[in-house]
Amino acid sequence: MKNYRADLHIHTTLSPCGDLEMHPVNIISEAEKKGLDIIGITDHNTTRHCKLISQLAAKKDIFVLQGAEVTTKEEVHCLVFFEKTDALKTFQDYLDTNLPDILNVPEIFGDQVQVDENEMIIFEEPRLLVNALCKSLEEVEKFVHSLNGLFIPAHIDRLKNSIYSQLGFLPDDLAADALEISRNSSPEKFGAAHPEINRFPLITSSDAHYPENIGMASTNFYIENASFSEIRFALNGDKGRRISRI
Amino acid sequence: MKITDITEKLDLKVLAGTDGLKTDITGGYVSDLLSDVMGNAREGQVWITLQTHQNTIAVASLKDLAAIIIVKGAKPESDTISKANSENIPLLSTTLDTFTIAGLLFELLKME
Repeated sequence: MKNYRADLHIHTTLSPCGDLEMHPVNIISEAEKKGLDIIGITDHNTTRHCKLISQLAAKKDIFVLQGAEVTTKEEVHCLVFFEKTDALKTFQDYLDTNLPDILNVPEIFGDQVQVDENEMIIFEEPRLLVNALCKSLEEVEKFVHSLNGLFIPAHIDRLKNSIYSQLGFLPDDLAADALEISRNSSPEKFGAAHPEINRFPLITSSDAHYPENIGMASTNFYIENASFSEIRFALNGDKGRRISRI
Repeated sequence: MKITDITEKLDLKVLAGTDGLKTDITGGYVSDLLSDVMGNAREGQVWITLQTHQNTIAVASLKDLAAIIIVKGAKPESDTISKANSENIPLLSTTLDTFTIAGLLFELLKME
């Protein structure tokens, strides 16, 4: 087993706030440059860039955890990841069904474009992706787990769109696979003020919206190989697998 | 003024927490961020919000709030209702939006 360096929170050109330089080829070359072995692709309420990035990354020996950054009804951001293509597809349908029909205004919120490996635009998402789904935190968590996915409340230390900012504290019986701390804080610092988080695995990631942000925070996964099941083992501390922070 | 007075005058539906309806009201507070309510709401206030999450009940209990009014006819989750019953926090509902119900409650409390 060895350490794999992972940044599990990266946006692409599909997120309105994602820079237009965050196209698949660029993300991978930046991840390679930063020495990342695993990256998480987590656009706001969409998974549509995951497949292409995963295919391109495989050629560079980078493993892609495929998912999204979901906005729940309470406006809490949560990272979700899926192993199987059909689960990812089912979750994309869930996002499409539960996102409100409010259109994006690119001049205000930014472009939401899907591109191919040649950086040509192949799709533009008409609905504003940062809006809240009409599903609660618990409903999203249950749906993700019904698809054997991972559910990780994002940047819990932030003063907006975090479980703490929106809901005040961790809900009873929160069924999270891990909690994410942003690059502005640290698990030690936030855990000192909120010791209740320490019962969860804690990851740190960059939440990159610009290429230069990729890898600014990361988590080490001590695992056998870069795969979804090994990542899950490490989060659970199973079979000698574990996570450590850098 | 008691909770029962405002449920009657503002046509609020009581969803849960009937045991707390005799509580006196000291004022109101409007916010949808629970962290803000934890920091700034005061004992005896009626909290107007669109949040329906179960954590609202714990916040209301922690801050000794008199009641919660959920706006726009939103339906709270079942665990929110059961927690409101066990904590005796009146969980009230209106079909009006926050601006309107806050205005009506403000007028009502001003008359006291």
